[in-house]
Amino acid sequence: MALLDVKNLEVSFGLRSGAVKALRDINFSLERGERIGVVGESGAGKSVLGFSILNLISQPGRISAGDVRFEGKSLQNLNDKDMRTIRGNRIAMIFQDPMMTLNPVLTIGDQMIECLLAHRQISKAAARKIALQKLMQVQIPSPETRLDQYPHELSGGMRQRIVIAIGLLMDPDLIIADEPTTALDVTIQAEIMELMLELCERNNVALILITHDLGVVSQVTQRTMVMYAGRVIEQGPTNEIINDAQHPYTQGLINALPQMGVRGERLQQIRGSMPSLQAIPKGCAFSNRCDYASERCRVIPEFTRSGGCLVACHMVEELVAQSENKAQDGGA
Amino acid sequence: MTQTSSALADEAPTMMQRFVKSHFWHSFKIDRVAQLSFMVFVAYILMALLAPLLAPFDPYDPASIDIMNSELPPSWQEEGESDFWLGTDAQGRDLWSTILYGTRVSLTIGICAVLLQALLGICIGLVAGYVGGKVDSLLMRMADVQLSFSTMMVAIVVLAVFQATFGTQLYQDLAMVMLILVIGIAEWPQYARTVRASVLAEKEKEYVDAARVMGLRAPRIMFRHILPNTLSPILVISTVQVANAIISEAALSFLGLGMPVSQPSLGSLISSGFEFIFSGIWWITVIPGVVLVVLVLVMNLLGDWLRDVLNPKLYKG
Amino acid sequence: MGELKVSAQESKQSLLQVRDLYKRFSISGDFLDQLRFEGGKIKRHQEFVHAINGVDLDIFKGEALCVVGESGCGKSTVARTVMGLLEPSGGTVSYDGERIDNLSAQQMLPYRKKMQMIFQNPFASLNPRMTITETLSEPVKFHNPKWSRMEVRDKVHEVMHSVGVDPSWGVRFPHEFSGGQRQRISIARALAVDPEFIVADEPISALDVSIQAQVLNLMMDAQEQRDLTYMFITHDLSVVEHFGTRVAVMYLGTLCEIGDSHTVFDQPRHPYTKALLSAIPKLADDRPNHIKLQGEVSTPVNLPSGCVFHGRCPYANDRCKEEKPQLMSTDGGIKVACHAVEEQRID
Repeated sequence: MALLDVKNLEVSFGLRSGAVKALRDINFSLERGERIGVVGESGAGKSVLGFSILNLISQPGRISAGDVRFEGKSLQNLNDKDMRTIRGNRIAMIFQDPMMTLNPVLTIGDQMIECLLAHRQISKAAARKIALQKLMQVQIPSPETRLDQYPHELSGGMRQRIVIAIGLLMDPDLIIADEPTTALDVTIQAEIMELMLELCERNNVALILITHDLGVVSQVTQRTMVMYAGRVIEQGPTNEIINDAQHPYTQGLINALPQMGVRGERLQQIRGSMPSLQAIPKGCAFSNRCDYASERCRVIPEFTRSGGCLVACHMVEELVAQSENKAQDGGA
Repeated sequence: MTQTSSALADEAPTMMQRFVKSHFWHSFKIDRVAQLSFMVFVAYILMALLAPLLAPFDPYDPASIDIMNSELPPSWQEEGESDFWLGTDAQGRDLWSTILYGTRVSLTIGICAVLLQALLGICIGLVAGYVGGKVDSLLMRMADVQLSFSTMMVAIVVLAVFQATFGTQLYQDLAMVMLILVIGIAEWPQYARTVRASVLAEKEKEYVDAARVMGLRAPRIMFRHILPNTLSPILVISTVQVANAIISEAALSFLGLGMPVSQPSLGSLISSGFEFIFSGIWWITVIPGVVLVVLVLVMNLLGDWLRDVLNPKLYKG
Repeated sequence: MGELKVSAQESKQSLLQVRDLYKRFSISGDFLDQLRFEGGKIKRHQEFVHAINGVDLDIFKGEALCVVGESGCGKSTVARTVMGLLEPSGGTVSYDGERIDNLSAQQMLPYRKKMQMIFQNPFASLNPRMTITETLSEPVKFHNPKWSRMEVRDKVHEVMHSVGVDPSWGVRFPHEFSGGQRQRISIARALAVDPEFIVADEPISALDVSIQAQVLNLMMDAQEQRDLTYMFITHDLSVVEHFGTRVAVMYLGTLCEIGDSHTVFDQPRHPYTKALLSAIPKLADDRPNHIKLQGEVSTPVNLPSGCVFHGRCPYANDRCKEEKPQLMSTDGGIKVACHAVEEQRID
């Protein structure tokens, strides 16, 4: 049984001008210890996806269709008490801003111990011991003194390490990390990403890494989902997506990276910008920016299998059909 | 280009269309209290503007006053007369007409005093916030000193001294100007502080740097770039300040330091009826009192609503 | 006298010269807050953020110099000091051989037309209460007071076209545009006075990947068409490799390495540059693959003695802890400030 199973997930937000769908038809499953990257630009709905897994969508948004199952149990109909045994316990969440998790008026130790005592029946001394052990796991120098420090006394990278340590307190099965290193410098980002990767591998923890940075995704994850305007448009093994992207948007995204460009020449760019949720084109959401768009793109494309990837694009569908025909012809 | 941009290329919306689509208009449409308050406020403004047309009598004209008509109760009471539907005051003036003119006086004083406060406060707040450093410290300490005297205390001292020095006659002639000046000058720190706080926030934004990089001079940056972006808080405190100024004026009039009886504001009307209240002549005090309370209430309600609408933090939360 | 001649000669090539620049900010508040009671006496106690500590830079005509470094390294402070938005605490800034850091606002005016700036945050860099046309015509009118309305309008349309913004959108307000479009408008405002030199302070770091490419291309096109010189501040090294002709790497307010960007990228010399380059997450990597730095990042408040990087440097020795390294030319034409490189302890 898969650890996490997301089926036909749809999230809508009721706005003054009517309801808009921030997520549509999200389908994926995650095995124990598997690391998946969710990539997209701002407005693609990737953060909403992270929140909706934990049923943390706040008003005026709501999950309007579909189901999220964790170890086969639907998370949607849980009451608050049952949800709490999962949230923070079995599934941990790490945000871009460490201060969303850390309380500025409590010491690091107090926060970690409080969290432990809320979930487990242990003594304070035992809780402190576990907290210390987790701080050592995230390779924080002089962890003893950190326990008695306040968040503002630490640097940004250090705070994010603490947040990871707090996430690990309950030995979760799944970590959802929403842009965990976006606010950090590159050298610190590299350290944090390496740390997360090691921890996930060592403890067999599954990871959903939400980020805009394809480089990070390629370093850390095994599978990747690319999102655009609230839909997944391509998913598959990370190395296939990075090296041989099929969807024109994914291709554009990769080719627009300066590291893919030729020195001193113009970069390849995708024209236009991501539409707002109220103004998504009919059919394929990318059709108004796509160089290959045709009449067919007025219909929402289904997923086509291409290699190890699932791609939602009519053009790829055609190419796949052609190559299959060829293969058949060759066979005959 | 993209669909969004082709939509953008269409005819740009007019000011009116922009307004109809705005969050401001939308929250007004769904807020009953705001609508009611606004309607009442508009009614007051109309009353004040159209007082000469609406009033059956001219309370400033001694010829139209008959002392024999004094202290008549409102027309619905037994001894009331149909000519004076809210009754008359101790001098025989029609209370309805006097209230109309009194509202006019009160609103004029309130609005002019606030304009003066705003002028002083905005300039001082802009300079303090934009220039910063020692100038800022000096101006803000001045504001602290000003605030440490209560408005009423300053007003009572100044007006009493003026009255004693220049005599009652001159005072009565200049009462309105004096009230505006005193209330206006006493309360500028409210504006200065609010404006300074928003200037400090705006000053850090990059569009101000862009204006400086352009070479624009400080006054132009302050008034053309920063000031328009601090208008929301100014609007909010203005409504509340007008209400406060009207109350201050009423209180001063009640203490005998406000508008003369010959040219009564709502406050002096209340005060003039006060000596008769125990002889059962309640209407001279109570009716203008209700008018004043309602006016101040709707202004405060409007102020509250504005603050909720214009505060982006509240809007999102 | 002799010194002056030398600088005049140098200035023939370099458009902008920064010499021995220092900038510190007091973080101790008012005068009254600075007073401390110590040992029976009242003493004045001040603390500073040392944002720039002795930076020398030359920017040559027609090039794009990228200044890179992590947050708190002083790169934005350098940009703002160069533009005269901040006053240097020490050192000089010269433009075209003329010193500009001590000019009055009036004397600075002609330079305001030659030097322009593009800002990081497209949501804050346009005045929300001014329409696009108002925003764009203000600098044109201000610097060309004699122009007729038609001339101003034509100029505004011309810059709007050149950044790919339809002039018919001019009546709109900034909030009606996306981040990428606002950054285009911001660039148009800088171009509106026909500058020679543009300081761009992290112009793409607030934008999405696909929009970053658009804006970078736009800036490269503008450089070609208008013969611009750029000083480009960024934390993203992969952009530098693509955009910059030369690169300056900063750490805690000092220059570590400066030189031709391709050479620096292919053969970084300074240990910090190496670490920084290795930390870029590359698409080809399967795992994070970076040089690990030791120690805690020091703050610019308590500046370390000697080389500012010695606390995190794997090659640091006693000399590095005491003596501040100077920029030295190396064989590749690159200047490096590192004792280990100088002593050939590392290559």
